[in-house]
Amino acid sequence: MQSRIFLVVCIAVAAAIFAFARWLGSEYLFFAGYVVVQFVVLATAWNILGGYCGYVNFGSAAFFALGAYTSVFFHKTYPLPVPLLILLGGIVSGIVGFGMGYLTLRLRGAFFAIATLALAVVLQTLIINWNYVGGSRGAYTIRPPSIDILGATLPYMQYLFLLMLLLAVVAIMAARTIERSRLGFGFATIRDDELAAEACGVPTLRLKLIATTLSGALMGMAGAPFPYYIAYIEPSSAFGLAYAVNSIAMPMIGGTGTWIGPLIGALLLGSIQEVARVTISSAVNLLIVGVLLVSFVIIAPNGIVGLVQDRLRARKK
Amino acid sequence: MTAAPLLQVDQVGKRFGGFVALDGINLSVAPGERLGLIGPNGSGKSTLVNCICGTLQNETGSVQFEGRKMDGLAAHQRTILGLARSFQLPRPFHSMSVADNLRIPLLYAVKARSGSHVAKADADERCVEYLRLVGLDHKAQKQPRDLTQVEMRKLELARAMASEPKLLIADESMAGLSHSEIDDILKLLVRLSERGITIVLIEHIMSAVMSFSQRLVVLVSGKKIADGKPDEVVRNPEVEKAYLG
Repeated sequence: MQSRIFLVVCIAVAAAIFAFARWLGSEYLFFAGYVVVQFVVLATAWNILGGYCGYVNFGSAAFFALGAYTSVFFHKTYPLPVPLLILLGGIVSGIVGFGMGYLTLRLRGAFFAIATLALAVVLQTLIINWNYVGGSRGAYTIRPPSIDILGATLPYMQYLFLLMLLLAVVAIMAARTIERSRLGFGFATIRDDELAAEACGVPTLRLKLIATTLSGALMGMAGAPFPYYIAYIEPSSAFGLAYAVNSIAMPMIGGTGTWIGPLIGALLLGSIQEVARVTISSAVNLLIVGVLLVSFVIIAPNGIVGLVQDRLRARKK
Repeated sequence: MTAAPLLQVDQVGKRFGGFVALDGINLSVAPGERLGLIGPNGSGKSTLVNCICGTLQNETGSVQFEGRKMDGLAAHQRTILGLARSFQLPRPFHSMSVADNLRIPLLYAVKARSGSHVAKADADERCVEYLRLVGLDHKAQKQPRDLTQVEMRKLELARAMASEPKLLIADESMAGLSHSEIDDILKLLVRLSERGITIVLIEHIMSAVMSFSQRLVVLVSGKKIADGKPDEVVRNPEVEKAYLG
């Protein structure tokens, strides 16, 4: 499918989801849907570095929180419209992603993963000790009840959901474009064999920096509207384990290496968690993710997409 | 040697901790030459290749390619300048088809050198051409894991070729192969040489080296002990001592 057609399809699907949610008319649906779509963005962003390049990032929560705290900062100094905050959050997290890439570029495998985890801890400590954005006691960002766009009044929650949907379209488009481009081939060589990649003329260092920057920026963009969604933000929720674990688990369960894997994983896991939150308990989430992740690693190491591909291949034979 | 050397290695030294892997190596390779590089295990052959190709950085001395200093350049920059290598143990890109493995040097090394993008149809054609050259065209859509050892070596050479190098360093591309397979690879290397590519062959198998090389260089314990016509070099008492004890 051509990129332009794919974009139109993506926007149409996003519009249909939004229209359907409006038609159902339940505010809760927007509230829960926001989280699921947010995870689509996070999982897609993680996959750019983790799935395409093979560099496992355990610090997703840090990039997400940086986006969120960029919003908190501007909320206190000079309130800006949320789309602008998304852009700013993306820039801040992108810069930190670039820095992380630059500092850790000699590290591979488990060492890289540990370094990203360390980065998350360092950033969390910085935020805890930064009084202006609330420090450890947190900060309130009360969202207005509604907003006027294009002459129509939209409840603010629906507005945030709409923005997150658009961001998901942007993330998926970016991932899909990369996958089929020269850049995507380069990323795959880094995942397969860096030494051989260099010998083929692939500037692995530059490509890794592009991946860490892009991945970080998208995670920051996902985090930017979060303070308005949650209304009260504190470091331990913004840097929560759930973000780091889900960002890894969703692409792994859906299937890394393709844009559709993280999408499937995020929709599946996100929905299961939202249902479990309401029907069982709000603390059962990570247990579900953990159990699913372990079972998938054992049964289907290439995720749902890999499982389907294997089936199709077997049928062909 | 009348022509200016394509590759000039001057006093290159490399140590790993207290171990001296290369000790002031001098070497020059003329354009179009077929050079054999031999030496016992651990004599520093692969380290020298790594220093020439930028996988390792030499601590002393310098490497010049076409008169240009290569010191400090990353491996991919040297590939772009026209220096290609195959690895001792094949390192294919596992997640890609055999044809896509060849697409990588076209997308990166060749594009960076020419500055213009290789059109997809053109790239496809070139992939098939290189695969035909090494006799793997019927396996273009297979995955590297479906290949045999000798096919893997051929893929390794084809991928190095796809970067359109001026100098190709084949690092033990025949180790562990049968006689007929060695002949296969030798024929292939001769074909590449006939296309005007300078080749440095690093090998243990003497019969292969002797039939291929126009000149032979011997490394022992990180030092060059002989450099000259193959039949003269193998009669050199120092070389005999190193090989036969």
